[in-house]
Amino acid sequence: MTRTVIAAGKPATPAAVAAVRRQPKGAELERFFEYVCLAAATMLLAALGGMLVSLAIGGWPAFAKFGLGFFVSSDWDPVQGSFGVASLIVDTVLVALLALVMAVPISFGVAFFLVELCPAFLRRVIGTAVELLAGIPSIVYGMWGLFVFGPVFASFVQQPLMNAAPPGSIWERLTQGVPNGTGILAASIIVAMMVLPFIAATLRELLLTVPGQVRESAYGLGASTSEVVMRVTLPYVRRGAIGAVMVGLGRALGETMAVTFIIGNAHTFPNSIFDDGATIASNIANEFAEATSPIQTAALLASGLILFLITFAVLALARMMLAEPRSP
Amino acid sequence: MAASAARIAARRVCNGAFVGFCWLVTAIALAFLAAVLWTLVQKGMGSMSIDIFTMDTPASGSRGGLRNAIIGSIILCALAMAMALFIGILAGTWLAEYAGDSRYGGVIRFLNDVLLSAPSILIGLFVWRLLVANVFHHFTAWAGAVALALIAIPVITRTTEDVLRLQPTSLRESGVALGAPFSTVIRGILWRAASGGMLTGALLAFARISGETAPLLFTALNNQFDNFDPRHPLSSIPQVMGQPIANLPVVMFDNALSAYDDLQRLAWAAALIVSGSVLTVIVIARMLTGSRSA
Amino acid sequence: MNELAPDCFDVSVAQMKREKVKLEVRDLDFFYGKSRALKGISIAFAEKAVTALIGPSGCGKSTLLRTLNRMYALYPGQRATGKVLLDGEDILGPSVDLAMVRARIGMVFQKPTPFPMSIYDNVAFGVRLYERLSKADMDARVEESLRSAALWDEVRDKLGASGLGLSGGQQQRLCVARGIAVRPEVLLLDEPTSALDPISSAKLEETLAQLRTDYTIVIVTHNLGQAARVSDHTGFMYLGELVEFGPTDEMFTNPETGRARDYITGRFG
Repeated sequence: MTRTVIAAGKPATPAAVAAVRRQPKGAELERFFEYVCLAAATMLLAALGGMLVSLAIGGWPAFAKFGLGFFVSSDWDPVQGSFGVASLIVDTVLVALLALVMAVPISFGVAFFLVELCPAFLRRVIGTAVELLAGIPSIVYGMWGLFVFGPVFASFVQQPLMNAAPPGSIWERLTQGVPNGTGILAASIIVAMMVLPFIAATLRELLLTVPGQVRESAYGLGASTSEVVMRVTLPYVRRGAIGAVMVGLGRALGETMAVTFIIGNAHTFPNSIFDDGATIASNIANEFAEATSPIQTAALLASGLILFLITFAVLALARMMLAEPRSP
Repeated sequence: MAASAARIAARRVCNGAFVGFCWLVTAIALAFLAAVLWTLVQKGMGSMSIDIFTMDTPASGSRGGLRNAIIGSIILCALAMAMALFIGILAGTWLAEYAGDSRYGGVIRFLNDVLLSAPSILIGLFVWRLLVANVFHHFTAWAGAVALALIAIPVITRTTEDVLRLQPTSLRESGVALGAPFSTVIRGILWRAASGGMLTGALLAFARISGETAPLLFTALNNQFDNFDPRHPLSSIPQVMGQPIANLPVVMFDNALSAYDDLQRLAWAAALIVSGSVLTVIVIARMLTGSRSA
Repeated sequence: MNELAPDCFDVSVAQMKREKVKLEVRDLDFFYGKSRALKGISIAFAEKAVTALIGPSGCGKSTLLRTLNRMYALYPGQRATGKVLLDGEDILGPSVDLAMVRARIGMVFQKPTPFPMSIYDNVAFGVRLYERLSKADMDARVEESLRSAALWDEVRDKLGASGLGLSGGQQQRLCVARGIAVRPEVLLLDEPTSALDPISSAKLEETLAQLRTDYTIVIVTHNLGQAARVSDHTGFMYLGELVEFGPTDEMFTNPETGRARDYITGRFG
């Protein structure tokens, strides 16, 4: 046993204690504990590696069968057995980019508001509200999008825009479709709502890292709020801000449940913003459980691999932008 | 002089527009939140009744509730959190205390961030292939729990590493100076000091996974019935875990998209329950962080 | 310019022939990566006496202190060559058990670092590592340690309260109590009062005066007055070398080397 008793009454002088001292409690675990921690950390590597390998192996039959055509064709026909992911990829990127176009100004504005303009007593409340926005489950956004937002969107956005487009113009082509409240634009709006709290929160943390003296000296020179923000603090964190946007992009690309509810599930190449569509993620959610043939399953897994690689690339870029040198 | 007066006026207008813009978009964001919460309350509360908690999920036309789904979700989340806490805390500890500036540490940190933001449906596919297709050969609750755990682990790893790094070096050195082995210093001193932050991380991870649907679609699926026998919890758990299990998110998915009104109302009730618990947890986590930094 | 007498080490040991040498350093070099922070240090510390290390910032006194309990082993880029003999045994050797060394040589840091647990558990933490005492014995040990640190009267009613709730001076004395509860043979103190107000500093100095009867104490300090008040021997360091060493009264009234004289009279530092 590693611990000893100094008999009661016997004075515990340094010499006496030194004479009976043995290994401290926990010494045997020392190496073991370090290895257990290392193993746990390596699990992360294993999980991601496993995902990559699993999707690649599972999707291989589709790549093998369709070759490069897989990437170029939009023909997704479970009955015929032919699959092509072109429209899926286009829809995924389109929805994500549209969502970002809407989310970035709003999230930047919210971040600036919280850092510079918000009255102190409201700051916590509004900050928490932004976090709540991020916490609402994706499926709830989907349900809200379909049942509440959809009809409103149809009446107040789709129909007016369609009616206002001059006949024969490019706007008419871009806004054609059935105004039923679903489609690519509708999905982008919902995804924008979901992504904006993440970008806002990350940007806010970045803005708070700007040293107080830098901001104060800018104000001291007589700059207005907008000038301090746009010309001093934002450039200070420019790389990080780009990184935050890219993290938002990564999330938007992978957003599944909300998009599934509201994008309308069509495999055609999008011609208008009101067209129904399908992203890689929403397609998998819709079809995987009822996939009728092994080749369909393989095609879905292959599309998953493509999504994984796109997301991985975006996140790697984001990481490079956000990385601060670790102080020694 | 007129030129500079004009410039000052221009700057003032610019600033006004900027400030107005920031207020406006914040109001828009808050309006969205209010709209969603209002819908939840309106449609969800309307569907609430005592049946929700006492009866299992029904087919259309019959009376029913969400009891099996609630129990199922609790079981899945509890199991997933147990797995995630075990791995996440150890992994975060490794990153903070043993990895230092090594390249491998940098790689793990990056991969952790990727897993954090990865589309959860891909995690579902991975677990499907690994466990459902190759090991169990049918949908099981175990698979669902593993999928949820994979989503929770990076959250816990991140918060654990962050909060451990915040501890002053002198705290570590004091423990070591007493002759304590480093692992004892970590377990006896550092984890205690970081416990508040780790709790917050656990709460946030729980909030995240309790609403996740996509990874469950092909792993735990859903189950009309309730295999859990509260009179014999321990013996029924293995039996329960080996089968598909009811859970709130997939119930929402199945019922919301169905054509039947009564099932849709059930879906809104589930949405209210899930969102309510998630938001409560987030508020609690925020309060904990606030009180610690005060 | 090095005005070190060539046999400073032998002189210091000779001075202490009447006293027993507890801790000896011979020819110690210390490296932070490639740069050498300590150059050929040789010094002896008398048993049950207080030795002060003084010198301007960056002279290496804290580095020397942290070599004595091998604290530098936590950091991969740091290493030491030479010998440090505790009762004749070289603790820089490769097969030395670090935990046991640190149990025999305790350390108190500049910034108070109470553990996040109750006052009682703080003091008992180290003891529980090495000894299994009955509740009564542990209570007695905790009380004795707190008394020696002059903290007992202030905390006797709130032993269960968190150590973090104490004032800065009390926290530092808690750290001292925690350190001596383990019954080390040597106690190292790295600028222990620099973060404290004058009243707490005075209390801590009184504690040190009483502790010298049982422990060998080495204290690094910026405060020349403190060194003069508290120590029996003083070593003056400059740029990583030990420039002068001798009994405190002699060092402060009549330093031998010009560098030491300049520092002590305040011409630099």
